[in-house]
Amino acid sequence: MELSFYLVQLLNAIQYGFLLFLVASGLTLLFGIMGIINLAHGSFYMLGSYLAYWLTGVTGSLWLGILLGLPIALAVGYLVERFAISFLFKLDHLYQVLLTFALILVFNELQQILWGTDVHSVPIPAILSGSFQLTENQSYPVYRLFISAACIALAGAMYWVIQKTRLGMTIRAGASNREMVQALGINVNRLFAFVFSMGVGLAAFAGMLAAPIDSVYPGMGDNVLIISFVVVVIGGTGSIKGAFVGAMLIGLVSTFGKVLLPEMASVVVYALMAIILLWRPQGLFGKVA
Amino acid sequence: MSENNKGISRRDFVIKGTVATAGLAAASVFVPATFAIGAQAKVKVGILLPYTGTYAKLGTNIRNAMMLRFSEAGNKLGGRAIEFVDIDSEAKPAKAQQLTEKLIKKEHVDFLVGPVHSVVGMAMVKMARGDGPITVIPNAGANQLTGVLCAPNVFRTSFSSYQMGFPGGSAMLEDGHKRVVLMYWNYGFGKQVAAAFKKSFLPGGGTIVEEIPTPFPKVDFQAYLTKLAALKPDAVYTFYAGGGAVKYVKDFAAAGLKKSIKLYGAGFLTEGLGAAQGNAAEGVRTILHYADSLDNPANIHFRSAFKAATGVQADVYAVQGYDAGELILRGMNAVQGDTGARAEMIRAMETSVIDSPRGKLSFSASHNPIHDIYLREVIKGENRVIRVAAKEQDDPATGCTMT
Repeated sequence: MELSFYLVQLLNAIQYGFLLFLVASGLTLLFGIMGIINLAHGSFYMLGSYLAYWLTGVTGSLWLGILLGLPIALAVGYLVERFAISFLFKLDHLYQVLLTFALILVFNELQQILWGTDVHSVPIPAILSGSFQLTENQSYPVYRLFISAACIALAGAMYWVIQKTRLGMTIRAGASNREMVQALGINVNRLFAFVFSMGVGLAAFAGMLAAPIDSVYPGMGDNVLIISFVVVVIGGTGSIKGAFVGAMLIGLVSTFGKVLLPEMASVVVYALMAIILLWRPQGLFGKVA
Repeated sequence: MSENNKGISRRDFVIKGTVATAGLAAASVFVPATFAIGAQAKVKVGILLPYTGTYAKLGTNIRNAMMLRFSEAGNKLGGRAIEFVDIDSEAKPAKAQQLTEKLIKKEHVDFLVGPVHSVVGMAMVKMARGDGPITVIPNAGANQLTGVLCAPNVFRTSFSSYQMGFPGGSAMLEDGHKRVVLMYWNYGFGKQVAAAFKKSFLPGGGTIVEEIPTPFPKVDFQAYLTKLAALKPDAVYTFYAGGGAVKYVKDFAAAGLKKSIKLYGAGFLTEGLGAAQGNAAEGVRTILHYADSLDNPANIHFRSAFKAATGVQADVYAVQGYDAGELILRGMNAVQGDTGARAEMIRAMETSVIDSPRGKLSFSASHNPIHDIYLREVIKGENRVIRVAAKEQDDPATGCTMT
């Protein structure tokens, strides 16, 4: 294989990494900062995809679909936090696992009732539907580049909000000492409801953006859930930077694993996770507990 | 109960009793001698199909089509009413054994219909074969189900993976494609399809440039498609289904590969996915034992009846469910509803020649379908038949002791 082949694979790897970060960013926000193990993350991703499918069908435009879908996803996140998650902050992680697992079942059933069992897809917006030639017989869709760009913007925005703004400061403070922040006069409950719905919004947003290059089908969320957890665990819980690096690493290892060790393709990612956890149990950018 | 009895006069009681007795006597005229259970016992049909997850639509269509066939026959099997025990398999192999056990040991079903997923099928057939209920498999295609695991009481109305690969190899040679890459989901069914493909393709003079198995059920194809592009074959033969098939066909088109590499596959690649794949599927060729556009009377009737009953368009899975219903009807009608006459019923079922929506359907000695395989091409969003790729395609039933 010539050099251009590996360059194209590198592009594939980076692109896949971006997509993974997009999906895992919401999870790292909830898992890392709020300490919530949200097994329903994949369901929120699926919700986003189905909202994009539904609203794009109604409005005829993916952009309008995202614009209308995001508030719905945020509202769903807020309600789930208020009526379910908020009761579990003081309890063991096991209860969160049980609750969010139940949410997976509820969302799968709801999806079936609302949208049926067909496989759907969302058309790529006309303005981004082009592609450019990479090698003599392979081209690359512009929309995939757009996703990468959106992902970089999102990563930057998240980093800025969490590290540089007052809101981010209170979030970080609330995560490390809930009672103290409350004593200082900040409504932690409201803050956490906000953060949770942001996490749900991020998952749904990833589902919306990915919908045109993925297919929209029942159970699609289950496929992204595990790999998202791998990204978060490798990066270190609570670190946006870690999730970004983790996603890129997984993108590279998984893509080149497929190319160089095809018979091991589905294992290499987990092998990487095992090695990293042996070396740094807290993850690449995690703080020692 | 006792309160009601008080209200009934003696005269009433006598009249009603007489009518009831007369009714019984009349009924007994039609009851054959072998009938052991009594006129009122219902036939129990256990259904184990996925109604949630990736295969939800397949399970739903199979069940609805089978119900349609039964309701066309007056909801009676050999004169007996039917009771359904319907369980969601979730297409999870881990639950297969427990759910099958529930249907067989707790519910004591007379018939067992299912599943969609081959691995669930293996667990199910291992328990049912032999003394278990008469089992009809309306989808799961693992060769073993009518191969090493074949049994007199196990039937299949769908296909074996062999039948999804072998005719593909010869069809591609006939289309003039000699250098071919195989791409498939790397699990039992995909591997069997690939192996069967090679059995006709290699002796016919074709070359496999490379085999690219991809992890199941993952749908990240980008790295593999780049590899495919670099290999520059004439064509590629694939096995993907459901959400994976939609993604594959779209990614393949988006990578610009349609211009230089012809895309072929087992029929699931484009079956029932037209709306989701859109333009990307145009020109994709697949082999299958069915096509929506077959214009035989059975298919025309079936498609309109299914649409009227369910509101959705029929697909190959619905056809398989419909034929499963037909096969059970044939068996029960042959013995007038006497499930005790097992050998007689099995004989009636295995010698059935069904005028199926797919065309003529008969059964091999191992109880696997024998049917025509069509080569189809997606033209204007429809799977149109190009030609019959294999007439009355059989299955070698490797390892089956019944043949």
